[in-house]
Amino acid sequence: MREGDRLEFNNNVPIYLQVIERIKQDIVSGKLKPGEKMPSSREYSNELGINFNTVARVYKELEMEEIVFTKRGLGTFITESDMQIENLRYTMAKERITAFIDGMKQLGYTIKDMVEFIETENNHTEGNE
Amino acid sequence: MNKLSILKINNLTKKYYNKTALENVTLDFEPGRIYGLLGPNGSGKTTFMKVVAGLHKQTSGSVLINNEDLSYKTKAYVSFMPTENYLYDSFKVVDILKFYNDMYDDFRYDYAVNLINAVNVSTSYKITNLSSGQTGKLKTVLALSRDADIYMLDEPLNGVDVLARDTILDIITKSHNENKIMIISTHLVSEIEKILDTVIFLSEGVVELFGDAEELRQERQLSVEGLYKEVFKNA
Repeated sequence: MREGDRLEFNNNVPIYLQVIERIKQDIVSGKLKPGEKMPSSREYSNELGINFNTVARVYKELEMEEIVFTKRGLGTFITESDMQIENLRYTMAKERITAFIDGMKQLGYTIKDMVEFIETENNHTEGNE
Repeated sequence: MNKLSILKINNLTKKYYNKTALENVTLDFEPGRIYGLLGPNGSGKTTFMKVVAGLHKQTSGSVLINNEDLSYKTKAYVSFMPTENYLYDSFKVVDILKFYNDMYDDFRYDYAVNLINAVNVSTSYKITNLSSGQTGKLKTVLALSRDADIYMLDEPLNGVDVLARDTILDIITKSHNENKIMIISTHLVSEIEKILDTVIFLSEGVVELFGDAEELRQERQLSVEGLYKEVFKNA
């Protein structure tokens, strides 16, 4: 997975949170499949060019959130629960939409303006494709 | 979990004549972590390493390595990479590897050869023809190929070009494991911070800050480098 795909990290944000975000995104987008085996902390840290303790922390957090699970001696796997993945998609979408609405409100847009803007913008993009 | 303390430092003070290089340094190092010893030039980083490596004697305080006081014996537990270039110009890379193999019981020769090939430095190169990046890689490989408990790298990124820096960081993270302590001194904070577990800020021989890198980012909403700039802005 993700061969040669080195993450650029933002040093202002804990690195484990950035890796978690990336994994979650890959689960929601389907790049990582339900039940798929994750690389070991060692492999993954080499791939990302970070410390293996950071990856261990990533897996620990994701396990607490029930997004991955560990099989003793076999490794770490992506959840097989569709419901869990659906929840994840919803939470992540909600985070983004809240941030978007807040930002637009600061620019003086009403929800109605925003919807109109999105539709026009979307027509634009589709027209260009 | 109760981990055996590999390195414990208590009230360590080192004076050169009337200059104090380290003052009452008290630190406990846990195995499996990479420590960044950060501070401007002259803050005592090198002195700290040389004392732990058994090259300089402390003025007062104690350093315990595997629960033993510093001695000839504890030197064997420590692999120290000095910042200076100490390699003989007339040697080839392979000669240096053989020299290390003769010199240190714990030197893993095959491991070193694999590592040095992996970073594109041929063992047939002459030291005098190596670029600063290649020298940096070779020195790091040499230090990390010993099977020690504590690795101390003094400014491994100094004078090394950007691409070689990434390679050196890769060598470090790949050879690190849960039983070892890695201490890396640098003032190039932004380059190295992503691989650090714990940061130690040293200012004029005093520990100014000691903490988990990720927790510091979370609490202060700053990079380690940002924090470093804040702490040392007057230095």
